[in-house]
Amino acid sequence: MRYSALSILKQAFSGNRGWKPAWREPEPKPHYDVVIVGGGGHGLSTAYYLAKEHGITNVAVIEKGYIGAGNVGRNTTIIRSNYLLEGNEPFYELSMKLWEGLEQDFNYNAMVSQRGIVNLFHSDGQRDAYARRGNAMMIHGVDAQLLDREQVRRMMPYLNFDHARFPILGGLYQARAGTARHDAVAWGYARGADSRGVDIIQHCEVTGIRRENGRVVGVETTKGFIGCNKLALAAAGNTTTVGRMADLELPIETHVLQAFVSEGLKPMIDNVITYGAGHFYISQSDKGGLVFGADIDYYSSYAQRGNLATVEHTIEEGVSLIPGLSRTRVLRSWGGVMDMSMDGSPIIDRTPIDNLYLNCGWCYGGFKATPASGFCFAHLIARNESHNVARFLRLDRFERGFPIDEGGKGPQPNLH
Amino acid sequence: MASLIHCPHCGSRPKEEFSIRGDASLVRPSPSASDEEWHRYVHIRDNPKGRYKEHWHHAFGCRRWLVVERDNFTHEVFSVTDAAEAAKAVQA
Repeated sequence: MRYSALSILKQAFSGNRGWKPAWREPEPKPHYDVVIVGGGGHGLSTAYYLAKEHGITNVAVIEKGYIGAGNVGRNTTIIRSNYLLEGNEPFYELSMKLWEGLEQDFNYNAMVSQRGIVNLFHSDGQRDAYARRGNAMMIHGVDAQLLDREQVRRMMPYLNFDHARFPILGGLYQARAGTARHDAVAWGYARGADSRGVDIIQHCEVTGIRRENGRVVGVETTKGFIGCNKLALAAAGNTTTVGRMADLELPIETHVLQAFVSEGLKPMIDNVITYGAGHFYISQSDKGGLVFGADIDYYSSYAQRGNLATVEHTIEEGVSLIPGLSRTRVLRSWGGVMDMSMDGSPIIDRTPIDNLYLNCGWCYGGFKATPASGFCFAHLIARNESHNVARFLRLDRFERGFPIDEGGKGPQPNLH
Repeated sequence: MASLIHCPHCGSRPKEEFSIRGDASLVRPSPSASDEEWHRYVHIRDNPKGRYKEHWHHAFGCRRWLVVERDNFTHEVFSVTDAAEAAKAVQA
């Protein structure tokens, strides 16, 4: 069913009894052209673009939990394309452009809200770094604006401008950035893929990858063997667990990142803000809750829950930036497990096995990349060659000495 | 994750006093080792789920490097050993 104002009106007059589930719950077929492991945002968008852009519809997405249970529903919903490096910026800008047309494209309300992001700076050196980043963005045709202190104050008068140690001197502004409703993104892609014939198989865990003569022939799962011509992994957080089944050696560590939402408040924060003195980011949802987060917990973790010390650290950063938060109550917090790569950038590439494709290493920047990740991964799977904007995101870049290290942190995954 | 780590030198201390480096199972290759060996040491990780050894630095305590063995899914801590002791145990 196509969603429209007319369909809402029709349903309203018939007691809303005619709505159908947005996707089917099929049993797996014995064989598919493409099997995608991981029904998160990236796996679903990959299936959607495989069907829509490349006409490959004999596809299964295999998910061990349910759609929206993983990181696609565990992030702080920020979308932006304000990156510095050549390997990243055109890729994230493609993602931003896809976000801009996404709701019309997949006929689903993902609540994409281009409310703008401000990255605050607190020293002259940081101002120079952000000016450089803004210039790099503009070279790639992306909007960027350097705001001075008074411009930021007009937008966000509630910030702590005169902090003794980290005064706010200004910010780098990307007006086209914003937020999107994360579960609706998963649902929209799932519905769009399903309606084009993709089978979304939930509660089905991959337990093995079967190979014959050096090629993948299918996956063992808790619902039996499923054959495939091509296998695509998009299982961020558990990439190494799945990769081990095919003897892949990967530059990935798994870490937990927490996120938080406050009680609902009246409209207060109009934009997305990142705190340059720490690693704190915050926006306000349409329901009124403040959505925020900070660093990962720093130790290796596969648990989808975090440590109280990090909770305290996050709240301290928040109150340091916005003193008015001090009496706000936190409603919920949650954790998601991340693929932390060795340079902080993702991998969309082929593997040493001919028909096995890899999408991983998103650190905690994966949500904003959801459309472009699926778009470029689908391109790679369908044509067996990298999409132009994803050509730097190679698996062998570490070995060859071409890391894409936005933060300049080196091969230390818990610092990215 | 326990919020207290039992440092062998300082006793039970809050987790915030420590900074975490990462996988303690890696063995540094010799300076003359091949590029391939160095690449594997610097970039490639087993990243197991379950029992895991990590290097922790007691940055705000004795400033000793420690090996913390714990379960990275349940967050249970099994042992905390001084890194020098742990290295001797590996060599023995």
